[in-house]
Amino acid sequence: MAYPTDRKYTKEHEWIQVNGNSGTVGITDYAQQSLGDIVFVETPKVGSELTAGKAFGTVESVKAVSDLYAPASGTVTEVNAELATSPENVNKDAHGSWMLKLSLKNPSELNSLLSAADYEKFVAEEAGH
Amino acid sequence: MRYLPKSPADREAMLKAIGLRSVDELFAPIPAEYRLKRDLNIPRQMAESEIVDFFRQRSRENGEGYTSFLGAGAYFHYRPVIIDSLISRGEFLTAYTPYQAEISQGTLQSIFEFQTMIGELTGMEVANASMYDGSTAAAEAVMMAVRLTGRRSVVVARSLHPEYREVLATYATHQGMPLSVADFTDDGRVNLEELEKSMTAETACVIVQSPNFFGTIEDVTAVAEIAHKHGAMLVVSIAEAVSLGIVEPPRQADIIAMEAQSFGVPLGFGGPYCGVIATREKYVRQMPGRLVGQTVDKQGRRGFVLTLATREQHIRRERATSNICTNQALIALMVNIFMNVYGKVGLKELARQNLAKAAYAAAQFGKHGKVLFGSAPRFNEFVVQTSEDPRAINERLLGHKMVGGLPLKRCFPELGNAALWCCTELTTRTAIDTAAGVVAESERSVRSSRAEDVAEVAQ
Amino acid sequence: MKPTIRKATTQVNQNEGLIFEKSSAGKAAWKLPPLDVPEVDAAKLLGEAERKDLGNMPEVSEIEIIRHFTRLSTWNYAIDLGMYPLGSCTMKYNPRVNEAVARVEGIANGHPYQPEKISQGALYIIKTLSEQLIEITGMDAITLQPAAGAHGEMTGLLMVRAYHQSKGNARKKILIPDSAHGTNPATAAMVNYAVENLKSDSRGMVDIAALASQMNEDVAALMLTNPNTLGVFEQDIHKIADILHAKGGLLYMDGANMNALVGKVRPGDFGVDVMHLNLHKTFSTPHGGGGPGSGPVAIKKGLEPFLPTPVLTTKSDGTLAFDYNRPQSVGRVRAFYGNFGMFVRALAYIQANGPNGLRQTTEDAVLNANYIRKGLIGSYDLPYATPSMHEVVFSDKLQLKKGVRTMDIAKRLIDYGFHPYTTAFPLIVPGALMIEPTESESKEEMDLFIDAMKSIAEEVEEDPQTVLTAPHSTRVSRLDETAAARKPVLRWKPTS
Repeated sequence: MAYPTDRKYTKEHEWIQVNGNSGTVGITDYAQQSLGDIVFVETPKVGSELTAGKAFGTVESVKAVSDLYAPASGTVTEVNAELATSPENVNKDAHGSWMLKLSLKNPSELNSLLSAADYEKFVAEEAGH
Repeated sequence: MRYLPKSPADREAMLKAIGLRSVDELFAPIPAEYRLKRDLNIPRQMAESEIVDFFRQRSRENGEGYTSFLGAGAYFHYRPVIIDSLISRGEFLTAYTPYQAEISQGTLQSIFEFQTMIGELTGMEVANASMYDGSTAAAEAVMMAVRLTGRRSVVVARSLHPEYREVLATYATHQGMPLSVADFTDDGRVNLEELEKSMTAETACVIVQSPNFFGTIEDVTAVAEIAHKHGAMLVVSIAEAVSLGIVEPPRQADIIAMEAQSFGVPLGFGGPYCGVIATREKYVRQMPGRLVGQTVDKQGRRGFVLTLATREQHIRRERATSNICTNQALIALMVNIFMNVYGKVGLKELARQNLAKAAYAAAQFGKHGKVLFGSAPRFNEFVVQTSEDPRAINERLLGHKMVGGLPLKRCFPELGNAALWCCTELTTRTAIDTAAGVVAESERSVRSSRAEDVAEVAQ
Repeated sequence: MKPTIRKATTQVNQNEGLIFEKSSAGKAAWKLPPLDVPEVDAAKLLGEAERKDLGNMPEVSEIEIIRHFTRLSTWNYAIDLGMYPLGSCTMKYNPRVNEAVARVEGIANGHPYQPEKISQGALYIIKTLSEQLIEITGMDAITLQPAAGAHGEMTGLLMVRAYHQSKGNARKKILIPDSAHGTNPATAAMVNYAVENLKSDSRGMVDIAALASQMNEDVAALMLTNPNTLGVFEQDIHKIADILHAKGGLLYMDGANMNALVGKVRPGDFGVDVMHLNLHKTFSTPHGGGGPGSGPVAIKKGLEPFLPTPVLTTKSDGTLAFDYNRPQSVGRVRAFYGNFGMFVRALAYIQANGPNGLRQTTEDAVLNANYIRKGLIGSYDLPYATPSMHEVVFSDKLQLKKGVRTMDIAKRLIDYGFHPYTTAFPLIVPGALMIEPTESESKEEMDLFIDAMKSIAEEVEEDPQTVLTAPHSTRVSRLDETAAARKPVLRWKPTS
C-alpha cells in the first residue's frame, strides 16, 4: 500500500491532511485492514475540542472497539455524516474516507507526526511482530 | 449419585489414561492445608420423593389456597398451560446464550419476535432481549439517559414503585448521579409544578411510572413536555404489562423500562421476572443488554444473530454500557408465548376485564372506605383509606383465606390508614364482595365505638 | 478424506417463518370466562389514555403456537442433546425434579408481599439455602438478592466500597488480572472504581511480585477468579490474600468456577472476603437460552452490616421475617428478594446430592477436564502446562499454520454433533479453545468428543477448506454478522 505523501500519520494509525489552518482526519489503510469489517464510526459533535494524543471517538468492527486518537489539537468544524450510514466506506477507501475536519489550535504539533515513508516503515515493523 | 454418568470402573479407566493413581492427585494443586478433610455439614442425600415432599410441605406453609388482592409490581394473572409445556422443552430450557448462531436459531428467532412484540406494545422502535427485572431495567434506563444527554441529575416521581426507587438510589450513589424526588398531588399523579421546579440544565431525565405505583395513569404528555422543554429525556417505567392492552403506551417517552411479569410469568415470591428496555432506534447504541438482529447466511437465507455486541462487557470491559451479561431468556420466552396466545384482540379483552374488575371493586370499597385519587384514570389498582389500620383488617381477611391490599404506611405515611388493592381477571366478584364486606364491618365497628365514645362524653 | 461423524446424523427439520407471517384477523388462542362484574366503558374510564390499536400483534391459534415454538426449539442445541463444553459456563445437567418442585402451587404462586405469617415456607427455603451455601463456601453470611453473576459482582463491590467507606476511605481502584472475565472491569466501573490490570505469570497465575508492587492503600480489592479462567488453581492464594490484607485490601472471588471446588476446599478457608456464586452454573439451575441466573454474594463477618436490604432474620418466637432496618446497608439491588425460583432449584440440587454427591460431582468434573486434556494433547497446543482443574484451555496455534482459527474449529465441531467450547477467551491466550466438560458427561460422550476434535485436527491438515466453511449440516450456514451490525434490523415490520 502506498501511503499518500500529502498528509501526516500517527503511531495510532490516524492520518491528517492540512490545508492552511484546517486539518482533515481519518484512519489509515493499515488500520482498516487490521480492524476488519467496520460496522460503526463514532465521531464527536461539531464544536468539540480535541487534544492531540487524546481519544476522540471509536471505530467498531463486529467484535472489537478501537479508540481514535487526535493527531492534533483543535475544534471540530465538520464531521463526515456519510460514515454514520455507510461505515463500509472506510474499508473500501480508508485514505479517501475522512472522519472529521478541525481548525488547528497549534499547527506546530504536526511536526512530531510521521511522514508517509516513516509511517510505512513503522507499520512494516509492527506487522513483523 | 443419580446425576453422575460414571461407574467406578469408568473412573478407574480414566485415571489410568491420565496416568494418575488416585483422584486426590487431581487436587494436588490446592495447598493441602486448605483442602477440606471432612464432609460438608449439610443434610444427607435425599431421594426424589423426599425432595418433592419437602417442597410440598413448604408450599403448604406459603399461602397455598389464599385469594389475594396484592399487586404492587407483581401481578396474579392466568398462565395458559402451553407456556410451561413449551418452555419445558430441553432445547429451550437447557441451552445457553446463543453465541453459536447456527445451532441457536430457535432461541434467536424467538427473541427477535419478542423484541418486535415489545416494540409494538410499547410504541417504541426497538426493544432489547430482556433485563433482570423491572427495577433494574428502570435503573439501567436512567443510566442510559445519563450517557445520552451527558448530564447527570435525575428527577424521580415519588409515585414510582418505592422498591424501584431504592434500586435506582443504589445504582446512582456511586455514579455521581444526584436524585431529586417530585411528589404526587391529590389525583395520585406526579406534581407537575414541583416537577417543573426540580428541572435544571443538569437534568438528564425524568422517570415516572404509568400506571404508577397507585395504579393511576400518569399524564405522560404533560410530563414529556416538561422534560423535553429542559432538554432532558423521559423514562417511563411500566410495571403492569397487561395495562398495555387498553392503556395508550407512553409514546412520548424516550426510553421505556418495563416489567413483563404479568405476561405469563409466575409470581414465584418475587422472581425470576422479566425486565425489558425499549427506546428509539437512534439511541440503540447506548442501550444495555443483549440484542438480536436479522441477517442472512452465505446462501442468502434469513437468520438471526446477537448483534451490536460491542456495547457489552465482554468487549468493552470497563467502558461497557452495563456489566449485564445474562438476560432472562427463558422468562422472555414465557412472555413471548403469552403475547402470542392473547394477541392483538385477546390482550385488549384481558385488559378490559382487569379494568372492569377494578372498577367494580373500587365502587364496592368506596361505599365504606374512601377510595383515593379518584379524579385521574386508573387501571387495575386503587388505594383505599380506612378508619382502621389496614393491617388489622387484613388479619381478619386471612380468616377468610384472603390476603388484603398492601398497607402503605411504611412508604407513604401521609396517606394514613391506606392500602393498595389490586384486581385482575382472576379476582372473582364473590371475593370482592367478601373483602368489601370485611371493610364495611370494620368501618361500622369503628363508627359505633366512636359513637359510644361520643355518647360517653355526652353523659 | 471422509470424516467419521459418530455422534450425529442429519435429519429433516421443519421450516418455520416468523409468527407474524402466520397471523390473520379472527384467529385466536385465548378464551376468557364471562365477566362476573358489570361491563365498563373504557373510553369513559380512561378518556384520552384509552388505547385503540395494538399494532401488529399477532392473531394465531393454539396449534400454530405449539408448532411454531416446537419447530424453533428443534433448531437449538442443548445439554439435553449432548455435551456442551462451553468453558466458564458450567453447562451441567439440569435436573427435572428442580422444575417440578418450583411449580408446586404455594411456591410458584406466592406473592412477594403476602404477610410473613403465610410466607414461612418461602422464607424457610431462603434460610436453608443460605445456610447451606455458607457452609459450602466457608463464609459467614450471604445475600441471595442479586439476579445474576454480574449483578452479584456489583453487589459485592458495593459492599467492599461501603466497608472501606466505614473505615474513612472508600479507596480508588480494583486490581483485576488480565485473564478475568469482562464483567469484572465493567462492574468495577459501575461502582466507580478505577480498574488496574494485573498481569499473569508464565504459569498463568497471578504474578505475586507484580501484585506486591501494585498493592497499596488505594486498592480496595483484588477480583480474582479461582480456579482462574485457564482452569488453574491459584496456588499462592494465601500469599495473595496476605498481600492484600496487609495493606487493608479485600480479596473478592468470582465464583464462576466454583464447580471445581465444592466439597473439596472452601474459599472462606483460603482468605476470601467476598465472593459471588452462580446458581445457574454450579448449582444446576437451567441456563434457559441465556437466563435467568442468580448470583448470591457470600461475605465474611466484617462486611455483614453492609448487606443489601432486606435481610432474613429469625424472630424470638422462632418465625422467620425480613429485617428492613439496616442503617449501614448498601441499599437494595433488586425489587423483592431475588430470583426465588432459582433458590428452589438450587436447594433441590443440593438435597439430591448431599455431602457425598457434591464431593463426587466436583471430583468427576475435574477428572473429565483432565481426561480431555490428556486426550487432546499433541493434537492441539497447550499454552500453559500448569495442572488443570475443571476446564482446560488449548490454543489454535498448530492449526493457524493452515489458516484455521479457533472459531473455525468450533463451527466444524457442530457438524460432529457437539456444541462448541468457548472461543477466544481468556484473552491472555491468543486463539483460545476453552473446554469445560462438567461432571455430566460419561466416558463414552467424552471419547466421542476427543475423537471429533482429533478428526478435525486431521481435517485441518488434509482439507482445511472443509473446516473453514463449516458448519455444513445446520439449517443456516455462517451468518453475516457484519451486515447485521452495520444496518441493524432489530424487529419485524410488515412488508406492505
